[in-house]
Amino acid sequence: MSRIGVIIFPGTLDDVDAARAVRHAGAEAVALWHADADLRGVDAVVVPGGFSYGDYLRAGAIARFAPVMGEVVAAAKRGMPVLGICNGFQVLCEAGLLPGALTRNASLHFVCRDQWLRVENTATVWSTRFEPGAEILVPLKSGEGCYVADQHTLDELEGEGRVVFRYLLDSGGGTGSPNGSRNDIAGITDARGRVVGLMPHPEHAIDPLTGPTDDGLGLFLSVLDAVGAAGALAEAVSGR
Amino acid sequence: MTSIQQIDTVEHAAATRDHPQPYRELGLKDDEYQRIRDILGRRPTDAELAMYSVMWSEHCSYKSSKVHLRYFGETTTPQMREKMLAGIGENAGVVDVGDGWAVTFKVESHNHPSYVEPYQGAATGVGGIVRDILAMGARPLAVMDPLRFGPADAPDTRRVLPGVVAGIGGYGNCLGLPNIGGEVVFDPSYAGNPLVNALCVGAMRVEDLHLAHATGVGNKIILFGARTGLDGIGGVSVLASDTFSGEETGPGRKKLPSVQVGDPFTEKVLIECCLELFREGLVVGIQDLGGAGLSCATSELASAGDGGMRVELDRVPLRAEGMTPAEILSSESQERMCAVVRPSDVDAFMRVCDRWEVTATEIGEVTEGDRLVITWHGETVVDVPPRTVAHQGPVYRRPVQRPTDQDALRANIPDALPRPSTPDDLRDTVLRMAASPNLCSRRWVTQQYDHYVRGGTVLAQPADAGMIRIDETTGRGVAVSTDCNGRYVRLDPYAGTQLALAEAYRNVAVTGATPVAVTNCLNFGSPEDPGVMWQFEQAVRGLADGCVALGIPVTGGNVSFYNQTGSTAILPTPVVGVLGVIDDVRRRIPTGIGGQAGDALLLLGETRDEFGGSEWAHVVHGHLGGRPPAVDMAREKLLAEILVAGSRDGMVSAAHDLSEGGLAQALVEAVLIDETGCRIAPPDGVDLFVWLFSESAGRVLVTVPRTEEPRFTDMCTMRGLPWTRIGVVDPDARALEIQGVGSIGVAELRETWEGTLPALFD
Repeated sequence: MSRIGVIIFPGTLDDVDAARAVRHAGAEAVALWHADADLRGVDAVVVPGGFSYGDYLRAGAIARFAPVMGEVVAAAKRGMPVLGICNGFQVLCEAGLLPGALTRNASLHFVCRDQWLRVENTATVWSTRFEPGAEILVPLKSGEGCYVADQHTLDELEGEGRVVFRYLLDSGGGTGSPNGSRNDIAGITDARGRVVGLMPHPEHAIDPLTGPTDDGLGLFLSVLDAVGAAGALAEAVSGR
Repeated sequence: MTSIQQIDTVEHAAATRDHPQPYRELGLKDDEYQRIRDILGRRPTDAELAMYSVMWSEHCSYKSSKVHLRYFGETTTPQMREKMLAGIGENAGVVDVGDGWAVTFKVESHNHPSYVEPYQGAATGVGGIVRDILAMGARPLAVMDPLRFGPADAPDTRRVLPGVVAGIGGYGNCLGLPNIGGEVVFDPSYAGNPLVNALCVGAMRVEDLHLAHATGVGNKIILFGARTGLDGIGGVSVLASDTFSGEETGPGRKKLPSVQVGDPFTEKVLIECCLELFREGLVVGIQDLGGAGLSCATSELASAGDGGMRVELDRVPLRAEGMTPAEILSSESQERMCAVVRPSDVDAFMRVCDRWEVTATEIGEVTEGDRLVITWHGETVVDVPPRTVAHQGPVYRRPVQRPTDQDALRANIPDALPRPSTPDDLRDTVLRMAASPNLCSRRWVTQQYDHYVRGGTVLAQPADAGMIRIDETTGRGVAVSTDCNGRYVRLDPYAGTQLALAEAYRNVAVTGATPVAVTNCLNFGSPEDPGVMWQFEQAVRGLADGCVALGIPVTGGNVSFYNQTGSTAILPTPVVGVLGVIDDVRRRIPTGIGGQAGDALLLLGETRDEFGGSEWAHVVHGHLGGRPPAVDMAREKLLAEILVAGSRDGMVSAAHDLSEGGLAQALVEAVLIDETGCRIAPPDGVDLFVWLFSESAGRVLVTVPRTEEPRFTDMCTMRGLPWTRIGVVDPDARALEIQGVGSIGVAELRETWEGTLPALFD
């Protein structure tokens, strides 16, 4: 069975949800403690949402220095799939795994709502299960969700198709951001399509009983396809 | 910084009997001060005076309410008590909800601090109630906030409301607790005195219940969490007592901040740390530090235990220099807990705290005898019998007098108020009501709260009650609702409080959960006003008698007096919270009527011409008078049984409580929640206005699948519950169509219902 790590910083809140989503997708969830520089042999890592270290300096600014993050950055460079959700996205930006930054919502209010997104890139390891252009409904809940980057970076992201999720005004409607994000960007990927960060919460949309839909499960099933296949290949090569 | 005078020791106090002390500034009356002298056989030290004054304040001692609150205990039968594991007097009531689970819930007020400093006042209100739940050994699972503000369009409401909402969100969101409901009510009486109540619900395995007892001689007292600072000193006694002027003259130091400052990150870490300590079995007794800080924690732990306690106050980690013993004892710095730990477990306890980077300090131990002795660098500054501080404060039987204007108020019936009658007038009234501040969408508020975190939220605003799953394997969960219509209570405190109970009970029942327990937060004016005390006495009796009729116990509560501006008291606001249990949250009943064309809409209960205290009279005529709607507890109980049966057998696909605004408002909400439509055909011969806007109690709008309709209506008929078929779901109509009124499209309804708060507060 594939093993997906879920990182826990002091102040991480959505770790139970991320772990539940991993289990629902059919993998084992492995808790990774911030103070241990050890990924415990996991196949992929989720950096969940919350307020790591209280977000008192700047969201994600302290968490990037945690011992576990050094391991995550090194593993990401080797190609390990990494997903940052909300505060986790902020941490990945602070750690330099993804470009840009997340700033205060344009409304200056924390916003918790069900949000329509369009899947713009179905080639990342976290999005292969979606149809191109698919519209999904997942919760968004953040006070600092406004994605910003310089024009050059934005051009690069758009030019290389690295915007993975974009905010929609409504199902079937045009794009539009609830927090002022540049280009209505909700989520992006690194150049290799293995590190993905997004502000909305797919881990809260895995069961219509407790979320708006089960659309979010697609991200976790996608990565299992990737690491499952890679794992099978590795096993075949090593002759196990 | 003021110079630190010589510390006032017990020895010094005994030698300087006639030394004048500022007890009046600390809120103590002459006779109360004399009583302290009598107990101690000398004058109190500064530190003792600080302890007694804060613990004997109205907020901590319940001195004006105690004689009335006894009625709850007197009326609770053994049968009602059956599922109660802990009740009034503990940090929070605990109920056995089955499958080995215990659930604890409680509401507390943080009214005055939230007026002075809306953000921090509201934030620390959440923090405090969460620690209360944690102190029972439970994992806090969800919060909700019953709020009351002055007129929606008043300038001061624009200052207070956004701050309160941001504070609740800022603290609760960062703590990782879903906010699953609550109330927002506007009334001129709350201008200058908003009500910010906070509720928390938590769950634990039955065997993990922890109580605040300092037992076992030699056991260590460990203070852990945040450091102790100068914030919140005197907050409890000055703010919750009879002065609001803020003369901050305490012993030793002047001009102290009176509202505490919250740090939700520290509290989140403290929660996880505590839960690990519980899991490891390292805690004998535990108490949170809230109002009255260490004064409260030490005296309550000691008086609930089987011995005395010795505390070395100089060991308390401080974040300010030069704090006096009195200041340390009264500080209300947030995010602190106090535990009683076996000596052999201290090392393990400290290791868990280290892992979470939580500061923990051994500050004392349980001793032989029955004294609470507190030392400061080796000198005794407190030496008291702890029960005299924590439990044997003054008790007042305040004068009670029915207000002289009560008869005139009751006589001013709403029957002569002009009523709409033409279809256009009725249609306009539906929209005007839907847009009014008390009935419009609360989305502007609730979307600032995270209701998803932890993944257990099954129902949240705008559902009638919040519902949380507590066991992922079995699906067992709980539903909670709080309610109170202060206008009803003003007109008739006894019946009005029963109406609050009935509505909270009904709101839980419409989700398919079985109501099992009651908590409350009794917000009233000055207890020194005999008219207010009459309201209070009537409210307590109404609530207790109502609970007897429903067969469910009051497991705890909170009293907040002195909610008034000048001599004008707020509307009496006894907020009632009801907890329900559902054995599988998958069979919860949603609030919106859904999109299944042809599903039948039934109105359960009876509609009478009842407009006393109604939202219509308030919105359209600014009128308050007459009698509130009649309340019938037996009917409410029957209604709840029918709804639970309907949920269990899959006969009901949606249910929505009727309350303020009547049937019209319930229909507006039920259509908008699911973005659907319906066609309503009022019964022949009804007065359309009364049928649509009356606020008769004991009514619910239910949606029943066509195939289940005969079975469900037969059950209602057989059990004697009146029902009326009023229409069908018609999603294609995308409108609320009412014969005799006309059609209102979903888009117009939504704009009307959702536009009000953003227009006022954005």
